[in-house]
Amino acid sequence: MKKISILDRLFLLVTVLLAAYQISFGLNNINILATWSYTAGFGVLLVAGLLLIILGFEGLESQIVVIVSTLIPLSISLGLIAEHLPKYSIPYLVFTIIGFAVIAITRYTSEDKTATIILAVTHGIAGSLITFLPIVLSIQGKVSPGYFLVGLGGALIGVGGLLLAFLKTGKPILSRQTILSVLPGLLLVMTALYLAGFSLR
Amino acid sequence: MNEIRAALKTIKSKYFPLIKSLQTILLLITGLAGFMSARCPVLNLSTLLELTGSLFIAISGSTVLNMWYDRDIDAIMPRTCNRPLSTGVIKPKDALIFGIILSILGISWALTVDLLYGLVVFAGLFFDVVVYTIWLKRKTAWSILWGGIAGGMPVLAGRILGTGQFDWIGIALALGVLFWIPTHILTFSIRYHDDYQLAKIPTFPSTYSFQTTRIIIALSSVFTALAMGAAAYGVGLTWGFLRLMAVLSIGLFILAVRSLTKPSERITFGLFKYASLYMLASMLLMFFAGI
Repeated sequence: MKKISILDRLFLLVTVLLAAYQISFGLNNINILATWSYTAGFGVLLVAGLLLIILGFEGLESQIVVIVSTLIPLSISLGLIAEHLPKYSIPYLVFTIIGFAVIAITRYTSEDKTATIILAVTHGIAGSLITFLPIVLSIQGKVSPGYFLVGLGGALIGVGGLLLAFLKTGKPILSRQTILSVLPGLLLVMTALYLAGFSLR
Repeated sequence: MNEIRAALKTIKSKYFPLIKSLQTILLLITGLAGFMSARCPVLNLSTLLELTGSLFIAISGSTVLNMWYDRDIDAIMPRTCNRPLSTGVIKPKDALIFGIILSILGISWALTVDLLYGLVVFAGLFFDVVVYTIWLKRKTAWSILWGGIAGGMPVLAGRILGTGQFDWIGIALALGVLFWIPTHILTFSIRYHDDYQLAKIPTFPSTYSFQTTRIIIALSSVFTALAMGAAAYGVGLTWGFLRLMAVLSIGLFILAVRSLTKPSERITFGLFKYASLYMLASMLLMFFAGI
């Protein structure tokens, strides 16, 4: 297992601080569901960052990581839907709850293949929404052009989540060493992009 | 002038390690947070400085007296055998005089700032040095309860100086620290179990069991989160800060549960570190809420 470096810890610390800032100051004037969905997404980022700083990459060994890392794209995509397409809030909320529950159940009960497919589908839908919805809204002029950064950050969140999830399923897309090397930087860049996009909205 | 420089250099190199700077600063931060939680105008700089000075000196005095009294067991335990009194860098009599001077100076200053505030600072020192260290530490594992009460005094003192009275928020803040202290001490008693055995200090792992100790650490963490959450609500933190507290508390809760379901030294030590960060973050939120 790769040892966590000082630079990794620094990246993670900045990520934690950015996530804390977003939760504390960046969620004003939006509805309750969006507020708490974004809080959950950034909250998982914050706590995960802290635990990685404290426990090192060994903290990723737990099966729970797969399940919890799914919360990031699911809850942020739910926040986007609740904020910009409120009439779809309830159906999408149901999808996130069922998706999350099925991922959690199959992780412990099903074969690797089934669990991986369900994970990929759920991640894929949430990741696509986070990536494309802000870009479409920017193009339509419903939000400021800078909001597309949210989509960019969201895409990276999806990539980060997928890398982590597939790493834990035993079918890593990249080598474990590579994933762990890029993970802290990836978390920092995606969080920064998301914050920038949100503040430019 | 050269003599003063030489004296300051001696204090820095020999006596500074006696005050356990990290622990002292964290306790000082809790006192400042208690004060700022009263929403005192931060421009009330003279009171803030008096609080900082008096509390820092009183806590330092208490720590030096602890180290003076525990020098025999510190010398036995590998973790603490390099402390200045154990290695003989400082004579016990010098440390005792230094500790007494700091304690008297800190408490006297605190009493001149505000009588009630000074009494609470004195209570903290009394519980820590007399009740916890001298009376109970070598007799019962439950001494940590009194260590916890002593640890909660700085935040309570700060709050009292800010509001001029006891209130439930001050008690909740003190309870938050009280429940956090066992997390700190019990984790050390697991990690350095052999050291404590060597020094014949009764601890929870030696008196009860490691699993019982882990359960108490987990419960303490949860109660810390509940007390700090209640205090944060009472102080009137913004919803943004409350959401942040909620997120940090959930992290603490998850780690506490994890330490019970899959116990390991790494997770237990991780919980201890997280709980310390949690305490620091909570106190900083209380502090900044007051600005």
